[in-house]
Amino acid sequence: MKVTRRGTVLVGAALSLSLLASACGSSGGDSGGGGATTASAGDVQAALDAGGTLTVWAWEPTLKQVVADFQTKYPKVKVNLVNAGTGKDQYTALQNAIKAGSGVPDVAQVEYFALPQFALSKSVTDLTAFGADKLEGTFTPGPWNSVHSGSGIYGLPMDSGPMALFYNKEVFDKYGIDVPATWDDYVAAAKKLHEADPKAYIANDTGDAGFATSLIWQAGGKPYQVNGTDVTVNFGDAGTQKFASTWQQLISGKLLAPITSWSDAWYKGLGDGTIATLVIGAWMPANFETGVAAGKGKWRVAPMPQWESGGKATAENGGSSLVIPEAGSSKALAYAFLKFADVDEGVKIRLDGGAFPATTAELNSPEFKDKKFPYFGDQQVNQVLAESAGEVVPGWSYLPYQVYANSIFNDTVGKAYTGAATLAEGLKAWQDASVKYGQEQGFTVK
Amino acid sequence: MVATVQANTLDTGRAAPRERRSWTGWRFVGPFMAVFAVVFLAPIAYAIYLSFFRTQLVGGTAFVGLDNYVKALTDPLLWASVGRVALFLVVQVPIMLFLALLVALAIDSGRLYGTSFFRISVFLPYAVPAVVATLMWGFMYGSQFGLVGSINDALGWSLPDPLSPGLVLASIGNIVTWEFVGYNMLILYSALRVVSPSLYEAAEMDGASQLRIVWSIKLPALRGALVIATIFSIIGSFQLFNEPSILQVLAPNSITTSYTPNLYAFSLSFAGQQFNYSATVAIVMGVITMIVAYVVQLRGMRKGA
Repeated sequence: MKVTRRGTVLVGAALSLSLLASACGSSGGDSGGGGATTASAGDVQAALDAGGTLTVWAWEPTLKQVVADFQTKYPKVKVNLVNAGTGKDQYTALQNAIKAGSGVPDVAQVEYFALPQFALSKSVTDLTAFGADKLEGTFTPGPWNSVHSGSGIYGLPMDSGPMALFYNKEVFDKYGIDVPATWDDYVAAAKKLHEADPKAYIANDTGDAGFATSLIWQAGGKPYQVNGTDVTVNFGDAGTQKFASTWQQLISGKLLAPITSWSDAWYKGLGDGTIATLVIGAWMPANFETGVAAGKGKWRVAPMPQWESGGKATAENGGSSLVIPEAGSSKALAYAFLKFADVDEGVKIRLDGGAFPATTAELNSPEFKDKKFPYFGDQQVNQVLAESAGEVVPGWSYLPYQVYANSIFNDTVGKAYTGAATLAEGLKAWQDASVKYGQEQGFTVK
Repeated sequence: MVATVQANTLDTGRAAPRERRSWTGWRFVGPFMAVFAVVFLAPIAYAIYLSFFRTQLVGGTAFVGLDNYVKALTDPLLWASVGRVALFLVVQVPIMLFLALLVALAIDSGRLYGTSFFRISVFLPYAVPAVVATLMWGFMYGSQFGLVGSINDALGWSLPDPLSPGLVLASIGNIVTWEFVGYNMLILYSALRVVSPSLYEAAEMDGASQLRIVWSIKLPALRGALVIATIFSIIGSFQLFNEPSILQVLAPNSITTSYTPNLYAFSLSFAGQQFNYSATVAIVMGVITMIVAYVVQLRGMRKGA
C-alpha cells in the first residue's frame, strides 16, 4: 500500500517532468508593432547626443573592436556586446526572446539565409524609415539583395562570403596534385589523394545544408522560388542535378572525411593534412589564423572549381547582416550603431581584424586587394576573393523558413552519407519535408 | 503533524462537530503546495492550453481543438521515436538492472575485499554529469581521432564505427548503463541492508546454501526496490535526451532531430517554432510514460509487499 502510493507520485512526477520541457515556449503575441517608425537622420543624431545603452547580440569576432571605438567616439552611449551563441543557437535565443517579449536585444547579427524568416514575421525593423534605401550602391549586389524582403530593407550587410577554394599546398605538392579548375578535376584530385594516402581526404563533409545549397547556387540551380507567401521548392532542376551527381561520386567513393565542420576534429584535420581543401566563404581567413595555427604557411587560396571548364561562376556561403529587432527599445540609437559598424568607420576596423567586406569601396580599394597574408605564404588572398565577389550567380533566394529547413537537412539528405539513400533521393526527401512544413505554417507551397 | 491534527479534532470534535474545520494541516503543507502549483501544475496546465492552439508563420494563432492530438497520434516520426525508446527500454533496462543486482549482491555477500572502494567506484559514474559523461564517451567512440580510431591505427583493426546509424542506439545504451548501474546498485543494496540478520542466521541453521539464501531471502526482499528501480528506468528511457542530443553533434546523420520523443519535442519547439505541437507531443508522451509505469507497478506489486 505504502509503496503503491509512492509509485503514484513517481508516475505523476514523470508526467510533470516531460511537460516542463515543452512549457518553456510561450505565446506572447505581438508586442509593440503598432507605432510605425518614421525616423530621420536628425533623430539618429539626436539619439546619439542623448546617449543611452545598447545591447548587441553577435558572435562575429571583429565587432569587439568596433564596439570599443564606437563608445570612444560617442562616450554617452554604452554598448553591451553579448555572444548569445553562433548561428542557429543565437536564432533560437532571439526567437524565444521575441516570443516572450522580453530580453530582446537592440541589435542582432543575422545571417543572410536566416533574414527572410525574421523579416516575414515582422520581428525585425524595416530600415527604409531611417533612409537605408539611400545606401544603394554602397554595398555589393549580392549582400544588398539579401537584406531586401519585398519593398523593405531589414538589415545592413556586415560581411559577405563569396566562395573560393582553400587548399593545403603542402599536401598538393607532396602528391603532385594540381589545383582543380573544375569539379570533375576536383573528384579526380580526391581519388588521387586518397589513393596516395588513405588517411588524407580532399574535404570533410557529413552533410551541411549551407554548403549544399551554395554549390547548387553556383551550378545555376534555383530550388527555392519565393514570392511573398507563395513558395516553390524544387530540387529537380538541372543545377541541383549537376551538384548531386558530382558530389555523389565523392560520397560513394568514400572520398570525404567523416568529420563535421567546426568540431575539434575538424580544426585538427585542417592543420595536419587530413583535410586537404575547403570550399567556403571569403570570411574564412580570419578563422584559419585563429583556429588552425598548425596550418600556417601551408594553405593557399584559388578560385572556386567550376561546373563548366572556363566558367566563371561563384556563390555566396554565409555572411551576415546586423538587424534591429522590432521589439528593441532604442531604435534610432541602434541604427546609429548599424551605420557606424557597416557603413562608416566600423568597416575599416573590421577589415583590419581580418573580416571580408560587403561594401563596394573597400572591396575595390588597392590597399585591401594588395594586402599580403603571412598565414597564406604572403599570397594576396583578397584578389581571389574579391574576384569571386563579382562573379556570384544572380537570382538565388532562400526559403522564408530556411533556419528550420536547414535543421532537418541531416534527417533527410543525411541518409545519403550513411549509404541508406542517394544524394538525389535525400534531396527529394528534404524537398518533401520542407514543403510539408511550409504548408503547415500557412504558406502556399508548390 | 498527524498528532496535532488528531488532537485538534478531539478537542473540538465533541462540542461542535461540523462548525469548525481545522486548517492546521494545510498550514504545514501550504508552502509546498504553493511551490508545487507554480512549478508543476501551472506548466502542465499551460502546456495543455497550448496544445489546443496552432500558431503559423503566416496566419497567426488559431484555436484548433484536438487537431494537434490527431496529428500526434498519426505522426510517423513520433511513433518511430517511441518505438526506438521502447526498444531501448526492453534491452538496456534489464541489462542494467541485472548488472546492478549482481553488484549489490556481491557487495552484500561480505566476501569481497575492499567493499567500500568497490562500492564507491561503481557509484562514481553517476556523480559525473550526463553531459560530461556523453562528451567523454563521444570522444572514445570517435573513429577518426578518438579512442576507436587510435585502436584501429595501433592494432591494424577496423572496428565498426560506434556512431554509425546501426550501432548508435547500442552506444547510447552503453553510456546510460555505465552512468546508472551504480545508482541502481545503491537502491538495491540499501534494500538488502534492512533485511534482518536473524533470517540469515535461521537459514544457516537450516543448512541453506548461499544461492538458496539469495533465491529465498534476498530476492523477495528486493522486490519492492526492483519495482522502484524499474519505474525510474522506464521514465528515464522515455525521457532519453542528453545523450542523443550531445552525440548528434558528432553523428548528425545517425541521430535525427526526432530520434527520441523528447528530442523531437525539443526540435519542434526550438528549431521549428511549433510550440503548440511540441506541447501536444510532450503531453502524449507523459500519458504513455504514465500508463507504462503504472502497468509495471501493478504487475510488480500484485502478489506482495
